[in-house]
Amino acid sequence: MLDRNKIGHEFESFSADVEKGRIRMFANAIGENDPIYTDESAAKESGYKTIPAPPTFPFVMDMEAKDDLPVVKLLDLNIGKILHGTQEFEYFDRLYAGDTVTISSKIADIFDKKNGALEFVVVENTYKNQQGALVVKSKNTLVYRNGGHG
Amino acid sequence: MGESTVEVGTKIPDLILPAITRANLALYAGASGDHNPIHIDSDFAKKAGAGDVFAHGMLSMAFLGRMLTDWQPLSALRKFSSKFTAITQLGDAITCSGEVVEIVKNEGERLAYCHIFAANQKGDKTLIGEAVVVIGSNCNGK
Repeated sequence: MLDRNKIGHEFESFSADVEKGRIRMFANAIGENDPIYTDESAAKESGYKTIPAPPTFPFVMDMEAKDDLPVVKLLDLNIGKILHGTQEFEYFDRLYAGDTVTISSKIADIFDKKNGALEFVVVENTYKNQQGALVVKSKNTLVYRNGGHG
Repeated sequence: MGESTVEVGTKIPDLILPAITRANLALYAGASGDHNPIHIDSDFAKKAGAGDVFAHGMLSMAFLGRMLTDWQPLSALRKFSSKFTAITQLGDAITCSGEVVEIVKNEGERLAYCHIFAANQKGDKTLIGEAVVVIGSNCNGK
């Protein structure tokens, strides 16, 4: 069983830059051709102050933590047994190219189903820009398959 | 799309994707920073009992995001969630769909609550989610 004492654990917050090239690369990888993600003038013509990040991009920022996946280290998870269960975003504004975003993350819950064969880890994140404004909140659930360790 | 055209029952235009390739997964891993080898290393995936690499759930969620922002501007998106209900395998051709299920007026805004999902070529739903989108405001870019 995963350590229930880790419920409420707050990870060390960290900052990461929202890079224009990274947005372009990400848009390309998901097949997104809207020029607002690559061309500053197109973004401005559509009313954005500069190039915005696509809707799921905050998850990309999660990956900028010092440890590859802090929750994997904290709970000593076998990465081959993790599935992504749910993902939620709530938007108050957008992330823009050139922003420096500060991400704070905590373990909101750990619970199990099927007599512990499946465990669920709920992680909540907030994303604030360099002005300190809350831009996005996210919540994700990881599913951990305990069956047949190895 | 104008305000008057979005009502309960309005369908979000489908987004139809080509079959998922290993190259898609490698590109997405690199671009997203999600380097979990289960998505890019067949040897690792086999050892983990998965048979082969499979797609990142977040790649399909990004497809759902494309569908939403093809329909309404990025700046209109207030909430976006997904449950990952089935694994997307190599070769799966994903179609994203959605529908407005409720319109709520709140502080002068008109919010469309949408049910959205991604399904493979067999019709199995791989992601089921919800989105809340502001309709008809000229809030482009804020």
